[in-house]
Amino acid sequence: MPRLEEHCWSCSCSPSVKTQELSSASWIVCKTGEMMSIITSVLRHAYGSMHSLQSANLMRRGLVLFIVGVVLALVLNLLQIQRNVTLFPEEVLDTLFSSAWWIPLCCGTAAAVVGLLYPCLDHHLGEPHKFKREWASVMRCIAVFVGINHASAKLDFANNVQLSLTLAALSLGLWWTFDRSRSGFGLGLTTAFLATLIAQLLVYNGIYQYTSPDFLYVRSWLPCIFFSGGVTVGNIGRQLAMKCVEK
Amino acid sequence: MPLKRLRQNISAAFYRHGLLCASYPVPIILFTSASILTCCYPLLKLPLPGTGPVEFTTGVRDYSIPSHESPGDLSERPDWYQGPPVAYIQQVLVKAAVSPWDNSLVPVDVFRSPLGRVFSVLEEIRNHVYTDRSLEALCLQVTDLLPGLRRMQAVLPEHGCLLVSPGNYWQNRRDLFDADPDLLKTVHQHEPKGLHTSATLKDLLFGVPGKQTGVSLYNKKRVVTYTITIALSSYDARFVASLRARLKQLHPSANCTLREDHMVHVHFKEEIGIAELIPLVTTYIILFAYIYFSTRKIDMVKSKWGLALAAVVTVLSSLLMSVGLCTLFGLTPTLNGGEIFPYLVVVIGLENVLVLTKSVVSTPVDLEVKLRIAQGLSNESWSIMKNMATELCIILIGYFTFVPAIQEFCLFAVVGLVSDFFLQMFFFTTVLSIDIRRMELADLNRRLPAEAGMPPPKPGPLRPRETPPPPRPSPHTITLQAPAFRNLRLPKRLRVVYFLARTRLAQRIIMVGTVIWIGILVYTDPAGLRTLLAAQVSEQSPLGEAGLPPHLGVAPVFPGRDPTSTLSVLPAPEPTPLPENQSQGHRAARPEVVPVSSPQITWGPEDEELWRRLSFRHWPALFSYYNITLAKRYISILPVIPVTLHLSPQEAIDTRHPQDTHHAPPPSIKTSDLQADLTLYKVAALGLFAGVVLVLLLFCLYRVLCPRNYGQNGVPHGRRRRGDLPCDEYGYSPPISEISPLLLRGHSMDIECLASDGMLLASCCLARQIRVWDAQTGDCLTVIPNNGLRRSSSSGCWEHRDGWDHIGACEAENIFPIRRRTTPARPALFGDQPDLTPLIDTNFGSLPPSQTLSSSGFDFGGLVEKAYQEHETSPTLAFPPSPPASQQRRRSLGDQPVLPPELPPQNNGDWDSSVWAMELRGNLIATGRSSGKLELWDAVEGSLRCSNEDGVSGITALAFLNNRIVAARLNGSLDFFTVEITKPLGLLQYRGPPGRGSLPPSPCYSSEDVISCQLTRSVQCAHQKQITVLKAAAGRVVTGSQDHTVRVYRLEDSCCLFTLQGHSGGITAIYIDQTMVLASGGQDGTICVWDVLTGSRVSHVYGHRGDVTSLVCTTSCIISSGLDDLICIWDRSTGIKLYSIQQEVGCGASLGVISESLLVTGGQGCVSFWDLNYGDLLQTVYLGQSSEGQSVRQLLVLDNAAIVCDFGNELSLVYVPSVLEKLD
Repeated sequence: MPRLEEHCWSCSCSPSVKTQELSSASWIVCKTGEMMSIITSVLRHAYGSMHSLQSANLMRRGLVLFIVGVVLALVLNLLQIQRNVTLFPEEVLDTLFSSAWWIPLCCGTAAAVVGLLYPCLDHHLGEPHKFKREWASVMRCIAVFVGINHASAKLDFANNVQLSLTLAALSLGLWWTFDRSRSGFGLGLTTAFLATLIAQLLVYNGIYQYTSPDFLYVRSWLPCIFFSGGVTVGNIGRQLAMKCVEK
Repeated sequence: MPLKRLRQNISAAFYRHGLLCASYPVPIILFTSASILTCCYPLLKLPLPGTGPVEFTTGVRDYSIPSHESPGDLSERPDWYQGPPVAYIQQVLVKAAVSPWDNSLVPVDVFRSPLGRVFSVLEEIRNHVYTDRSLEALCLQVTDLLPGLRRMQAVLPEHGCLLVSPGNYWQNRRDLFDADPDLLKTVHQHEPKGLHTSATLKDLLFGVPGKQTGVSLYNKKRVVTYTITIALSSYDARFVASLRARLKQLHPSANCTLREDHMVHVHFKEEIGIAELIPLVTTYIILFAYIYFSTRKIDMVKSKWGLALAAVVTVLSSLLMSVGLCTLFGLTPTLNGGEIFPYLVVVIGLENVLVLTKSVVSTPVDLEVKLRIAQGLSNESWSIMKNMATELCIILIGYFTFVPAIQEFCLFAVVGLVSDFFLQMFFFTTVLSIDIRRMELADLNRRLPAEAGMPPPKPGPLRPRETPPPPRPSPHTITLQAPAFRNLRLPKRLRVVYFLARTRLAQRIIMVGTVIWIGILVYTDPAGLRTLLAAQVSEQSPLGEAGLPPHLGVAPVFPGRDPTSTLSVLPAPEPTPLPENQSQGHRAARPEVVPVSSPQITWGPEDEELWRRLSFRHWPALFSYYNITLAKRYISILPVIPVTLHLSPQEAIDTRHPQDTHHAPPPSIKTSDLQADLTLYKVAALGLFAGVVLVLLLFCLYRVLCPRNYGQNGVPHGRRRRGDLPCDEYGYSPPISEISPLLLRGHSMDIECLASDGMLLASCCLARQIRVWDAQTGDCLTVIPNNGLRRSSSSGCWEHRDGWDHIGACEAENIFPIRRRTTPARPALFGDQPDLTPLIDTNFGSLPPSQTLSSSGFDFGGLVEKAYQEHETSPTLAFPPSPPASQQRRRSLGDQPVLPPELPPQNNGDWDSSVWAMELRGNLIATGRSSGKLELWDAVEGSLRCSNEDGVSGITALAFLNNRIVAARLNGSLDFFTVEITKPLGLLQYRGPPGRGSLPPSPCYSSEDVISCQLTRSVQCAHQKQITVLKAAAGRVVTGSQDHTVRVYRLEDSCCLFTLQGHSGGITAIYIDQTMVLASGGQDGTICVWDVLTGSRVSHVYGHRGDVTSLVCTTSCIISSGLDDLICIWDRSTGIKLYSIQQEVGCGASLGVISESLLVTGGQGCVSFWDLNYGDLLQTVYLGQSSEGQSVRQLLVLDNAAIVCDFGNELSLVYVPSVLEKLD
């Protein structure tokens, strides 16, 4: 699964120092974000109104997840950029969007893959996920995920170990609060492992870098972020899948 | 074991608490509000968030750089006033004018030579040295401009002092200035296009707002104002004072009384950039989505919005309380409140509130409110406590991470959780109890009149029309829910249109777009709004400061403070003219020579702090060009140095550029002011134009995409007006243009009972007259009048024994009733006298009588005999609700006392009691009367065949199936009769369409048969209260009663199979069909679907607020109508509500299903056809001329795709053939 390996959920792998064009570009992001959220809701409505084939359903779910991934990637990117956690070489990546176009795309694809994998895995394991299956819970989950990202970017910790441990605890708390399934935990771990590996490879090849790497080439909290991201996207995916089954 | 005990204790405590809350709602809410306010009180001390700069003024004399250490000793000193400022800003305000003004001068002269003098002043400033200190040593050294500002490299200083002046336009070189042919162009070439005017280069360099510079061809005052702005890195009071004295000495300002005694420190807050805003906005969007999805789950309460609001208020005020409490106990929030707020809300959550609501709502409805609340609380007490304990544990763990930010967050969260629990228990529970009490009250209010309005003597068809249903604002709002689309087969295009219509996407996008647009405008154009405000503030501020006495006396002290200055011998206020200032001579001559046009240079208090009129982003913008941020730092602005320059006309002419004279005033229209204005107007006009175009475009799109209204959504029209071509929203129009109803006229009063077996149609009016009609053609076949009078000489045609003549006579009088219909004196025409009009049918004459009759296969002999007997049949004067009035009227109108009612012995019909129920099978009409008598009439001949007087209680409902009649009586008993036919000829004809499966073929009785009706079984106490509904199908008889139960009997042996309990109100509607589907609706608004074979309840839905008035099923769905004017369509198998149709107020409750997908409803003077799949109104057929006032109360669907409905005293036969063709 080469696409999965592109998994770089939390835009920690993210571009470009702040430039003056940022504000204009950010307006575009803002608008895109809004448009996308509109589209998301539209598609969700579309689920209700359309009654069609499984494959079409799959496509739509994938599209929704992709869009969610792209939006989250763009937004969380900005969080990291503010604190200069990631650095991209200036000459390669001049502005946010002309250069790092592959970040949101990768994140979106990864989100789609993971979000579709979760219900699929549930189906194959024969244990449908029934815990807190409602949109309010999903929204809460997303909010907590953004909060974890926020904490990783903005809080001042005494040292990196503390930061990583805190985030790990938070990620586990997220899983316990919203998921509580073994398959979710396993898939989240796999996601985190693969994504960290990809990030290591990318940094090793000099595509981008972190300001203060403490875990080989990347930040040590990266796996936690990937883990919670995987759980969050899985949550969304399951909710979407459930909607479809209900129809 | 202790756990269990703990659990019980908690449950009991919650129970008591619930009782308390529900008992004293108002005091508890007051107490809660008071405690919220108390806890929030410390919040008042916190500064309000905002990004505007803050000022602090100190005196110049005893100024010293504030230290870092002593923040608390001076109370009025703000917190930020610590350490040195980023820079000291010294502005030299230059006002220059050519005076006296000469008429030979061209407009360019107004500013060319005054601007030219900037270079000499600059030179003076740069070269100023005071005791070995020069400007170079003191000023703020800047390095490169930011890389993005390369185009400003030419005008902004780099690698040196930050000293800006208009001279920067020409690189501070006089020769470039002199060689510049068009100064205005140079100045304006750096101006940004459009409305981006926050801090333009012109503002930065001139240092005064653009309009006050006077650099314009239309400068009326002819005074040019600009500043030279110097940023100093360190403050040397002596150097500044000497510079001030030197400039004043060189360019004295005569009437200048500017105060020079205090400096202003301006602190800038951190500006929230877009990059920080986006994540913030995202978290808030997620937060709102969370709140939305959470509160959407609140259901089954009186006011969803109210409870959702209460839930949000609970969470928000618990947060405020937590912050308030934390500040009260000395913890100052250091985190950015706006950032952590969404996370706090998410952590605290709305779950408990929802769980509480759900639990309370799911308690039995018939309990008292107090008990419901208490029970609901105690049911959920354990889970609430458990969740709370878990959350507290998690947060405590978080507290031990020892990260300050997380600790603070956790502290807030803990206090927030506790206060949230408090609020849930007190505030929300009480609100919930109030809400539930309101709901009960509302239900009670609605139900009481319905029961009260049902008088005991009239228990017949339950028709509580007496209560006016609650008015609905918009008729025909159709709420389509998702599952409604499961069986839709729509083209994609329509789906898109439906989708757009349903989600109102276009409107929403426009709305969002507008909001964004306004946001952009506000964000990018602070000059428009904010500088206006700032200007107003600054105009007021000098006045306020002028009142301060201590500042006034400082000005003369200033020179004395600077004793070492060699130049301070000439103080500013009254300078003696210096010889080296050549232009000074003009000052004296200024007012006299050219008094009208001579420019005056005046110094007013508004010049003291001219920088206030600049954009508040002025200084941050200037410094940000050099990558110096002013966020959370401050700058100190020194008192301005006034410089007055007077130039002679000769000087102005000397400095002219050769091209300046070419600028004759007329061609150079574009002044800066006008230009700015023009751009503004242009942009405004463009915006307006774009708006209009957009609106037009959208309108066109709307017309193209949605040529019809969106499924009657939002269009507040009622029914379609007569004459409108009916078509539904997606452009389909039924092939017929208008369905014209066939009016069957003849009854003199309102029609009370209506029965049909497909071929014949029997109706009975309040005047107890029964008429039999041909359902195909609408011919009136028989009249059973309300008294036993044989029709005699009053109208000759009735005497004829010949059927043909009879018909012909009717034809002859065809027009008569129509004319009479309009006359108001109509009631006078009947009384005891036989009413002749009933036999007349309007459409009768259009059909050849022979064809009509032969095709319908009627017995002509019967017709002939009927002519004899129709006047002998017993009439019924039925007017149950107001019998005295009707009797009285009859007496008063009985204008022919000479004709007393004859009672032929063979037709001793009971015409003193009213007909309460009527059924028609074959050609037998069964009528149940209020006296308890059951009569069987021959429908064709109009003769009474049989009657049974076994019961004394009035018959409220009848069912006639095969040869059995079931009568439900007022006292709750149920009588089963068997109709036996003794056939002398041994012939039994079967009539009726052969292909019909829903009803067994009805035997046709000939007139010779002897028909007897025997009571086979009487179930005395079938129900405790009166039987309201009786339906029979598929060998089962189903009764519904006021005693909340439904009973199922077998028809053959009249044995009670099941008693179905499940309603909490009287049964008002029952549906049963051949496929053994049984549905019942009650006064509680619930609809139950039962399995007739097992007696089990299949589904139970809460459908209406108020009684269910009518129920119909199709193979896939159940259609119900209620007192709330709502028609709900339910999925039959799952009990899920597909959608509902909001009808007009007061329209009838009658329903009928013509085919699987065609629903017909009765309304005010019309019937409406609906497409069941979409819930669309297909067509509305108006029944009469006077469409208002009379509503359709009964509606029968015949087999030949016709519907019959009553309409006042008329019957209306509506054929819907084309719709059927379309649908089948």
